[in-house]
Amino acid sequence: MKTDDLAKLSCRSVWKLFGNDSDGFLRRTPNPSSEDIAAAGLIAAVKDVSLDIRDGEIFVIMGLSGSGKSTLVRCMSRLVEPTAGEILFNGQDLLQASDKEMIEIRRHRMGMVFQHFALLPHLSVLGNVAFPLEVQGLDKATREAQAREVIELVGLEGREAYYPRELSGGQQQRVGIARSLAVEPELWFLDEPFSALDPLIRREMQDEFLRIQSVLKKTIVFITHDFDEAIRLADRIAIMKDGKVDQTGTPEDLVMRPATDYVAEFTREVAKAKVLSARAIMGPPGKRAPKGGFGGDVGLRTKVSELAARVSADPRPLAVLDDDGERVGIVTRDAVISVLLEG
Amino acid sequence: MSSQDPAPEEISSNTLRWVWAAALAASLAFWLFAKPYAPWAFKYPRAWQLPLKREISDFMKWLVEDASFGLFSFTELTRGIAWLLDIPFTIATSILSSGFLKGQGSDAVQILPPLTWIAVIAIVVALGRYAGGWKLAALVGACFSYLAIFGQWESAMITLSSIIIAVPFGVFGGLVLGIAAHRWSLFETLIKPVLDLMQTVPVFAYLVPILFMFGFGPVSAMVATIVYAMPPMVRITMLALRQVPGEVIDLGKMTGCSPRQMTWKVMVPSARDGLMIGVNQVIMLSLNMVIIASMIGAGGLGYDVLASLRRLDIGAGVEAGVAIVVLAIALDRLSQAFANRRPEHYEALAGTSFFKRNPYTSTCLAIVLVTGFAGLAMGWVQTWPESWSITTGTFWSEVVSYINVNYFDQLEAVKTFVLLNLMIPFKRFLISLPWPVVAGLLGLAGYSLGGWRLAVLCAVLTTFMAVVGLWSKAMVTVYLCGISVIIACAIGIPIGIAAAGRDRLWRVVQVLIDTLQTLPSFVYLMPVVMLFRVGDFAAMIAVIAYAIAPAIRYTAHGLRQVDPQLVEAGIVAGCTRWQLLRKIQLKLAIPEIMLGINQTIMLALSMLVITALVGTRELGQEVYIALTKADTGRGIVAGLCVAFIAIIADRLITAGANRMKARLGLQN
Repeated sequence: MKTDDLAKLSCRSVWKLFGNDSDGFLRRTPNPSSEDIAAAGLIAAVKDVSLDIRDGEIFVIMGLSGSGKSTLVRCMSRLVEPTAGEILFNGQDLLQASDKEMIEIRRHRMGMVFQHFALLPHLSVLGNVAFPLEVQGLDKATREAQAREVIELVGLEGREAYYPRELSGGQQQRVGIARSLAVEPELWFLDEPFSALDPLIRREMQDEFLRIQSVLKKTIVFITHDFDEAIRLADRIAIMKDGKVDQTGTPEDLVMRPATDYVAEFTREVAKAKVLSARAIMGPPGKRAPKGGFGGDVGLRTKVSELAARVSADPRPLAVLDDDGERVGIVTRDAVISVLLEG
Repeated sequence: MSSQDPAPEEISSNTLRWVWAAALAASLAFWLFAKPYAPWAFKYPRAWQLPLKREISDFMKWLVEDASFGLFSFTELTRGIAWLLDIPFTIATSILSSGFLKGQGSDAVQILPPLTWIAVIAIVVALGRYAGGWKLAALVGACFSYLAIFGQWESAMITLSSIIIAVPFGVFGGLVLGIAAHRWSLFETLIKPVLDLMQTVPVFAYLVPILFMFGFGPVSAMVATIVYAMPPMVRITMLALRQVPGEVIDLGKMTGCSPRQMTWKVMVPSARDGLMIGVNQVIMLSLNMVIIASMIGAGGLGYDVLASLRRLDIGAGVEAGVAIVVLAIALDRLSQAFANRRPEHYEALAGTSFFKRNPYTSTCLAIVLVTGFAGLAMGWVQTWPESWSITTGTFWSEVVSYINVNYFDQLEAVKTFVLLNLMIPFKRFLISLPWPVVAGLLGLAGYSLGGWRLAVLCAVLTTFMAVVGLWSKAMVTVYLCGISVIIACAIGIPIGIAAAGRDRLWRVVQVLIDTLQTLPSFVYLMPVVMLFRVGDFAAMIAVIAYAIAPAIRYTAHGLRQVDPQLVEAGIVAGCTRWQLLRKIQLKLAIPEIMLGINQTIMLALSMLVITALVGTRELGQEVYIALTKADTGRGIVAGLCVAFIAIIADRLITAGANRMKARLGLQN
């Protein structure tokens, strides 16, 4: 398989089997079927996963519980030792790294946010956020100055002296986010960060997350079981089922061209207007402007839900312009309505 | 496992029933008729005995006299440990009780007086206020005032200093061993059986070797206390570390913690709540040891109790005993309050003066200094004057003599009746059982409840008691323990059932059993001996009183945790109250009740050893004799036998309870 040139992190045929002598088994039967695995008394959490996560993108791994997504993200950071495969981080295979190298990589280049926050109860907000820096051995003044910066970034200034149990769930996760960003990681893992929060707070935190990412532009691996969340946040999504990746693609790809019935099952209920953009429904640009003229210009990535507001105000077709301002297509009122009618 | 066909299980349980019937029949026949043909089975021949006692004694002798680790000898090691404990202990007693002295013995000159009683009370009140508010401050203040008012101050401060020194050693040692066991699974497998043994061997058994190694004195007593109080800390540490959430461990790894950072910055602080339970346990167990430790040289309250027990001076004994309880309550509540304290943020105090930032420390310091100087001029500030002390000693003695004078005949009648009709026949029966039959039947029980390993364990441990020549004493232990447990359960389980459904009654009962459990075991002996004099009956009453608490607690707890939906289902189905109890609640609570019985047995065994002081003739007496003769081997072997009885009972009951839980689907 060809490595994506832009890949920050790549998984190559990663396997994780639980049970006795799982690596011996995988050496003897390099490409086992589910029956082989069950017959050997093993449990497969991750099966032959290959992925490329590009620099600066939000890559969402979506799957229901037991799909292996949590194990996969732990394989990527080697919290769980994969049974077979390669994990390439900037081209270096993490599975070959020594314990010492791994400690260095984790201290300086990775950050992780946990589902249940994993805050240390005996440390204040400041202490928790400064913790990764403390582990690195930075002196108190430096690490606290650095920690205060990220605390401000997540909007918790004024709460530095509070202890975790004095904060709400949303605030606790802000601390978790701040802590994972304190070391300015290249690669940012978020393991179901908003699943333990109630729906209103979750929405707020998603917006907050997008705001932070628009400032920082990290490479992100985001785990969720919530398809709506995946669609809202992702540049690209991988859908996992029973340890395998069913499909990888942009939200639009998944909605328009689901690769399996399982993926189609998820996308069926999704409001297409929120996922599809002008690019997906535009017609050819034509040589000349239509008779009545255009109702206005829109970008390629404008979502259909926004187009609907435009065409209801002005029934004339819209011109679709690419990033260079060139007209590349036309969106008609009928095309918008037909998407809306599909649901 | 659950997907397996149930058929094989069915067949084997059916076969097992036949095996049991056959085994019981064979045993009965053997018991009735085999005596003339196999006398060795009824009385273990002296010639076959293992000389284990002598070998252990010889080994100890070698250890103390000749053993060397190359750089230093064993004796030097024990002296080193003694030195390590002696220095902080001397400092603590100097501060709390004797003052700093210059010179030796009676020529010593006091160069600095100890803390005044007012200062000590002020400090504990400040600690109480800091950890748990005014309510706790009032409680601990009252407890310590009691010690002063009732003339127990001097002894209490000696006891307190040994506790203050022994507890940190016990906690730290337990913590380190627990961490080691958590990190290296090999160490865990090695230490687990040791812990089991340490918690079941009666304390007396290791007093002898400690006496041998460290001599008579407060240091020996502290070593014994630490050895006794540490095993639960090890266990609780292992458990608390295991309960640290996986995410927190992942966090430690993701931030790149080294193993040491992982342990001390992530694991231990995250496990704090669990570990504090361990600290509380160590404190309570150390207080439990106060009296026993005074047998090898700890002074203080424990010595007062022991001495009055020997004089049969019930008044003085009860007062010193109650003082121990009062001290225990104060330390228990204080340590629990510290355990439950959660960190809270304070508004910035930086820049203000030291006194403003540390109000407690500065107030205490002021009181210490002021009363210290005042004490030099006025004696009553330094020490509570004896003429102000109140005593209830005579009152207690009079109560007992009143009962003895007026109700002697009734008490005697009850005692004789129970002895003749219940205790003696049971004892005779147990002693007459041939040891191979008992070993075989216990092995079979082990097999049917837990498989081959348990079977071998039970049979081997049983045989051990015969092989070392302590069979009949072991049987007397089983008899006294058994009959006490049966009666304790017969009283305790109904109380538990009654209390489970009534919240107000349950609260009252809880206070009662909490009190029963904080009283040091020796306290039970005195009134019992006063009323029933020495002997098996007095011992039995003391054991029942001491061991009844878990029977009540676990029964009530088991019933209260039955899923309320199941109870509602029963009510909807039209069950009467009695049916509800019998067919639903008790059925589901049985595993929990079994654990309660198990705990009752463990407590009964530990109390039984102490009742040797009032003249029972069982393993406890053997241990006690060994202590008075400083016969290491004899004490350890008898102690092991007690431990083995405890282990057999514990393993069989736990296996049974687990099976039942699995069958009821309660396993988590």
